[in-house]
Amino acid sequence: MAEMSGADILVQCLVDLGVEVVFGYPGGAVLPIYDALYNHPTIKHVLVRHEQGATHMAEGYARSTGKPGVVLVTSGPGATNAVTGITDALMDSIPMIVITGQVGTSLIGSDAFQEADTVGITRHCSKHNYLVKSPGRLAHVIHEAFHIATTGRPGPVVIDIPKDVQVASAPFEKPGAIAHASYRPQVKAPAADIAAAIDMIAKAKQPVFYTGGGVINAGPEASAALRELVELTGAPVTSTLMGLGAFPASSDKWLGMLGMHGTYEANWTMNQADLVICVGARFDDRVTGRLNAFAPNSKKIHIDIDRSSINKIVLVDLPIIADAGSALADLIAAWKAAGHQAQDLSGWWKQIEDWRKVNSLAYPADTDEIMPQHAIAELFGATRGKDVIITTEVGQHQMWAAQHFHFDDPNKWLTSGGLGTMGYGFPAAIGAQMGNPDSLVVCIAGDASVQMNIQELGTASQYRLPVKLFILNNEYMGMVRQWQELTYESRYSNSYSDSLPDFVKLAEAYGWTGIRIENPDDLESGIAKMIATPGPVLVDCRVAKLSNCFPMIPSGASHTEMLLDPSQVSGTMADEAKALV
Amino acid sequence: MHIAEEQNERHVLSITVTNEAGILARVAGMFTARGYNIDSLTVADISPDHQLSRITIVTNGAPHMIDQIIAQLDRLVPVHKVTDLTDNGPFVERELALVKVNGIGEARIEALRIADIFRAKVVDTTTESFIFELTGPTDKINTFITLMRELGLVEIGRTGIVGMVRGKG
Ligand SMILES: Cc1ncc(C[n+]2csc(CCOP(=O)(O)OP(=O)(O)O)c2C)c(N)n1
Repeated sequence: MAEMSGADILVQCLVDLGVEVVFGYPGGAVLPIYDALYNHPTIKHVLVRHEQGATHMAEGYARSTGKPGVVLVTSGPGATNAVTGITDALMDSIPMIVITGQVGTSLIGSDAFQEADTVGITRHCSKHNYLVKSPGRLAHVIHEAFHIATTGRPGPVVIDIPKDVQVASAPFEKPGAIAHASYRPQVKAPAADIAAAIDMIAKAKQPVFYTGGGVINAGPEASAALRELVELTGAPVTSTLMGLGAFPASSDKWLGMLGMHGTYEANWTMNQADLVICVGARFDDRVTGRLNAFAPNSKKIHIDIDRSSINKIVLVDLPIIADAGSALADLIAAWKAAGHQAQDLSGWWKQIEDWRKVNSLAYPADTDEIMPQHAIAELFGATRGKDVIITTEVGQHQMWAAQHFHFDDPNKWLTSGGLGTMGYGFPAAIGAQMGNPDSLVVCIAGDASVQMNIQELGTASQYRLPVKLFILNNEYMGMVRQWQELTYESRYSNSYSDSLPDFVKLAEAYGWTGIRIENPDDLESGIAKMIATPGPVLVDCRVAKLSNCFPMIPSGASHTEMLLDPSQVSGTMADEAKALV
Repeated sequence: MHIAEEQNERHVLSITVTNEAGILARVAGMFTARGYNIDSLTVADISPDHQLSRITIVTNGAPHMIDQIIAQLDRLVPVHKVTDLTDNGPFVERELALVKVNGIGEARIEALRIADIFRAKVVDTTTESFIFELTGPTDKINTFITLMRELGLVEIGRTGIVGMVRGKG
């Protein structure tokens, strides 16, 4: 058996595992790995400007391609800078491998230069992590790490490799398939559960599908199966923020997103349903609103690959532990085998159509300011017929994008849902563009969020990635300001974006094209120019400074207590509601 | 505003894990990270090839929280099996305590008498002190300690609980 250095073993494993791109940043503790990657014929290394950027790029790459994202960073500050992205990937179930350098094994624990307890720090924000203390273990650990990151409920796995382990050599043999002793996610649902579910769906008079990111993680087949099952049953569909695109927004069965900034029809349908079929979602507090008023008269089926998601927040009548795609396929087969026909749900649909008529996503027309919702609607219109991937930062613009940009396919919508990480969207767009060179990748950003990883302008320039950065610039941390209006009588404590840079000049300084859109009249042409301009383009789109995102379910309120417009905002809130997240 | 408290149940969980570096931190840290309670924790290698350990944790929480704890434990990659001993029919639980009691005269005699009733062993003695060794369920040890407090108790060492389901395995 050939002896290879730890660094060479790592790189060989990455090749064997089909890795094409690594997002990383060098440093002392990973120099042997960087040397092994030097001029590598198949693995492309993307040099980021900050390790957090690398993690979000890997997430964007993973979410848009379905392949795991790979990150390589040095010890100490390299690893700690990666922590936010690792946590983000854990919350949103993104398959990611983070390779961190570590000080030599003999120095561990001695407060050596750039030493951090990386496995300790990442233990509870990763799906799993390893400290590899001998080169002979590396190949197995790397293959196992990819297995764990990509199967079951996907997530980030950290591999911490001391520098001496990268340099020392060991015999290398390509590991076979991983048969893990204790990690064995249940993929296939028990037949009895499927039969029970079919029975409940066939009997329901007011059913609704409530789907989430799990359907997207389960691959395009799962989205296809969801469409088929909805067609067979005739039931309406709503989804979480993370699940957008699994079901086509252009379908007449689509209700829009549910939850805090969900549509009137989605939230009322949930509230009045007699059966909620939850697929790959987890009853997040942003979705449920006040728990004791959440879908109060419904039976609930919950399909999830993670057993700990079941009965965590909401007690369900029928838990099904399975991969969403596998369970949906089984449900379709069982439905057909039982000879069920789509029910007559016309009464239910009539009710839903009445809710739809409220037109809860309506927004005021532009005056001399561009309405941010209008800017997104315009962007949506201008990108029809193109293969477009949208990423977002976090804030009002994110919610407006979820409401006004409509997705017909999975893997086209990348946003930080669980952790709500400002600074996610722009690097995620770069990662998505790496994985989808021919797609039109647009990051819809806010003026505050975009500054959290703005340094990655340089990364896009360096790799000639034609990402479009569309900033809805309202000169505020709009979402914070909105909550201050709702809760703290509009005392805008530190939510004004003072001293903003000249974004256009900043873009130009990095070799980008910069466009400023200030007047409603220039919106259409500005967006057209952004799309038509080759290479990376930043748009500083000045929008109405004080608009707020509606509908909104305030903290502690139920799905039926949506605020539809600013006139319903009282400006104060009870302490109980203030204390809710 | 006040924060409401829930009714708790005591559960003994037996967790079989891969015997690897960091496993205890992984398990114990999950409890702190998610706000669960650990009343007692023991861990030891249980397989001839040193591949497996058993962690026994006594926790308390509302019933749905206990279910969550088990599911969260199960989700940890190196966890092989979680058994809720409390929910699996009759089981044996034992704990070992060392209890040092100082005393002379009547108190010293009384301590020895009570130790006899509890079948505690004397494992060390001076003319002015004893160390008793006692095994049993938590209740028994608690009672013993309460009695000894009046008789000159100076130091306690307890192992925490180990447990096992009764009957054929
Ligand atoms: C890293 C991080 N810090 C703080 C927050 C809290 N937060 C949520 S939205 C928001 C304001 C975002 O402002 P901007 O990016 O301008 O978007 P807008 O709401 O104006 O559309 C803040 C500070 C967060 N989500 N992430």
